[in-house]
Amino acid sequence: MQEKDKCERVLIDGSRLMIESMARAGADAFIGYPITPANLLYAYGSQRMSIMLPAPDEITTLQWMSGLSITGKIPVTATSYPGLALMIESVNMAYMMELPMVIVLVQRLGPATGTATCGAQGDLLALKGMMSGGHPLPVLATSNFEDCWKLSEKAVHIAAKLRTPVVLLTSKEEVMTQKSFDLNLLDNIKQTQLKYFDKDSNYKTYDAEGLVPEFLPVNQNVHQVRFNASTHDQYGILQHSSEDALNNTRRLEKKINEYLDEYTYYDYDQQDGAKNIVVSYGISSAAAIDAVSDLRKQGIKTSLLIPKTLIPVTNVYKKIINKYKKTVIAEENINNQFGQLLFGVERPENIRFVEGLGKMITPEEIIKEVKK
Amino acid sequence: MSSQLLNTSSLPYCKGCGHDLIAKQSMKALEDLGFSPLDVIMVTDIGCHGIIDKCLNTHTVHGLHGRSAALGAGISYGLENPDKKVVVFIGDGGATIGLQHIMEAARLNLNMTVILHNNMLYGMTGGQTSGLTPKNFATTTSYEGNPLSGYDICALTHTAGASYTCRVLGIGDISDKFSSAFQVKGFSLLEIVEICPSYGVKLNPRRKLNEIVESSGRKIGEWENSRPAYKLSQGKKTKDLLSKVSIIDREYTHNLKEPISIILSGSAGEGVQLAAAILSKSAIRSGLDVTQKGSYPVTVGVGFSTAELNLSPGKINFHGINIPDVVIITSEDGLKHNLKRINNMKKGVLYIDKSLDIPETGAEIIQYDFRSVGAKNAALTSIVFFSKKSGIINYKSIFKTIESESMDKKLPVDKIKNSIAGL
Repeated sequence: MQEKDKCERVLIDGSRLMIESMARAGADAFIGYPITPANLLYAYGSQRMSIMLPAPDEITTLQWMSGLSITGKIPVTATSYPGLALMIESVNMAYMMELPMVIVLVQRLGPATGTATCGAQGDLLALKGMMSGGHPLPVLATSNFEDCWKLSEKAVHIAAKLRTPVVLLTSKEEVMTQKSFDLNLLDNIKQTQLKYFDKDSNYKTYDAEGLVPEFLPVNQNVHQVRFNASTHDQYGILQHSSEDALNNTRRLEKKINEYLDEYTYYDYDQQDGAKNIVVSYGISSAAAIDAVSDLRKQGIKTSLLIPKTLIPVTNVYKKIINKYKKTVIAEENINNQFGQLLFGVERPENIRFVEGLGKMITPEEIIKEVKK
Repeated sequence: MSSQLLNTSSLPYCKGCGHDLIAKQSMKALEDLGFSPLDVIMVTDIGCHGIIDKCLNTHTVHGLHGRSAALGAGISYGLENPDKKVVVFIGDGGATIGLQHIMEAARLNLNMTVILHNNMLYGMTGGQTSGLTPKNFATTTSYEGNPLSGYDICALTHTAGASYTCRVLGIGDISDKFSSAFQVKGFSLLEIVEICPSYGVKLNPRRKLNEIVESSGRKIGEWENSRPAYKLSQGKKTKDLLSKVSIIDREYTHNLKEPISIILSGSAGEGVQLAAAILSKSAIRSGLDVTQKGSYPVTVGVGFSTAELNLSPGKINFHGINIPDVVIITSEDGLKHNLKRINNMKKGVLYIDKSLDIPETGAEIIQYDFRSVGAKNAALTSIVFFSKKSGIINYKSIFKTIESESMDKKLPVDKIKNSIAGL
């Protein structure tokens, strides 16, 4: 972010920033259906994207997006867990077919229909386990308006570069709350484009030469393209479990992991001499910022880590956390999902957890846990 | 019968399976109509028909069970070249799973052709009854015969608005039917009734296709709707969502040293959310940082309407409100919704409409007639009063916001000014 001379203060919500950023980054279609609390994204998507299609349901949404992606578009949808649950098989399909798209997941209180108008951070483990085979799908979590802008751009770029669906994780409070904001803090958005195969040689839809095969849509008449959701070889021909096909499946995982360093985003506010670190992402990170600020004012040295790339799980976070005697993770669920991602179900004693259910975690709750 | 759209004449189907006939005649029909292989996007599904992909020289897209019509629809939306042909292969099992996808594509009349391989059961998974299995037809899950009628997919898609629908028996030369379906501008569905040699024939010995279809009450035939094909029409689009947001210049000063949290609450339809937005923008106009969010029942037109605001001279990170510093209540609905919070206040200020009973609270009480300019303006009146009384922001910034947002003609600004002493 660059501070600029002129101030352009507005009252704005994160949904508007997200859709505008993705449109500028190259997303050109919004497919969706109304679901709370993703409504604003749907409304803005319909106003801004060159194609907006109201799908009758969530499965159709992902199938239409996949079809559009096959023709070279970069589609976006926004949903909440009840919708995502229905999309999952089709997200697996898009992952297997290697189709770029962005899914904005606005978390709300579950399980099931839960409470549509109550925020939550309860979907991280579901995202971790969303792909059959345990393959990772890139998940970026916004923690402020700057992220709504910048990470939305990155989500489109990653989707296009790695030919994959990308999840932009957020929550009700982040996308529906209006805040004062200076538009001059927004950086320029770089437009992405799908890299098309442009050689005369034989085209293989899933060429094993590079980690990410070059893309070709079905709109052209030069090369045959074969998209396949079933286990397939480099040409996209269905296979049971041939070596070529299994190597292709291995490549799908490898490409997501191999480029992780390029899209590992986090904020690390290190305080010299600190023995404590507060770790939080998404909506709870605002409380964490206030908590750390208060702790420092009280003379309690504390560092702060706000992870933004949540999946694949980077070892960077653990390396940072391991420097501290005590870690307090704050997230709005009751099972420490981010903690489980990092440490498994048996959390080390020095990793503490501030939970939240049906309400936002407060700075005071984090401070109390740090002081314990 | 061979076609340059196929790379082999030896297709991977069981002996006697109608899928072989469908693949060969459909591809030949496309070729005869002048489609070159890469003009055609073949979208297949799970089921025996779906193993055709490897035999095709067309573009191929092999998707999920029952979803090929939706996937094909997405491709149809995205194609900018009308000379391309989207052909969807699906079985009766897949059509059962994805019935709505087919209906939606028919309703929209999308440019695509669905070739429905109706062999009256789920063949690949063991011969189970599908939603299109005819009455009395035996399957491995209804050996005595299906007690129910299957869906009449032709009637359904015709009623939904498909340009062309046709049911035909998968016997002999039916290329003219493929040709008719492929030439349609809009949505066409060709249902080919066949019998699965592995399950259907064994479980229904001596039954003939025409007898099965007739006895189930289905007709062989073609049905047409004269309507235009779907055309992507998106209307006027905004080129920049940010340009739709008003820039708020700092024109006033504030008198706030520490952040404060404010609850503004009243009844639905009484302008609570609008007043909250006006207060927020006026605070920005006065140099403050602001957060604002709304809360109301799912039936937005009745009951309470509450807005939660934070105002701060510095940057706001956490925007949750537990016990507020200020509560402004304009109606009984608002009071009920916030009673617990008001009860828990040990300090702060409660601004409350004079018609309401004073609840138990540690907050200072300020009563006023917020409803004097009418219920619809109660919330707006209350924020003007609050600004004047608290002095946190200049009340004039509120009228300036109303003017800047071109709301001064719609809102009774003068009446509100007159209702508050000293304005």
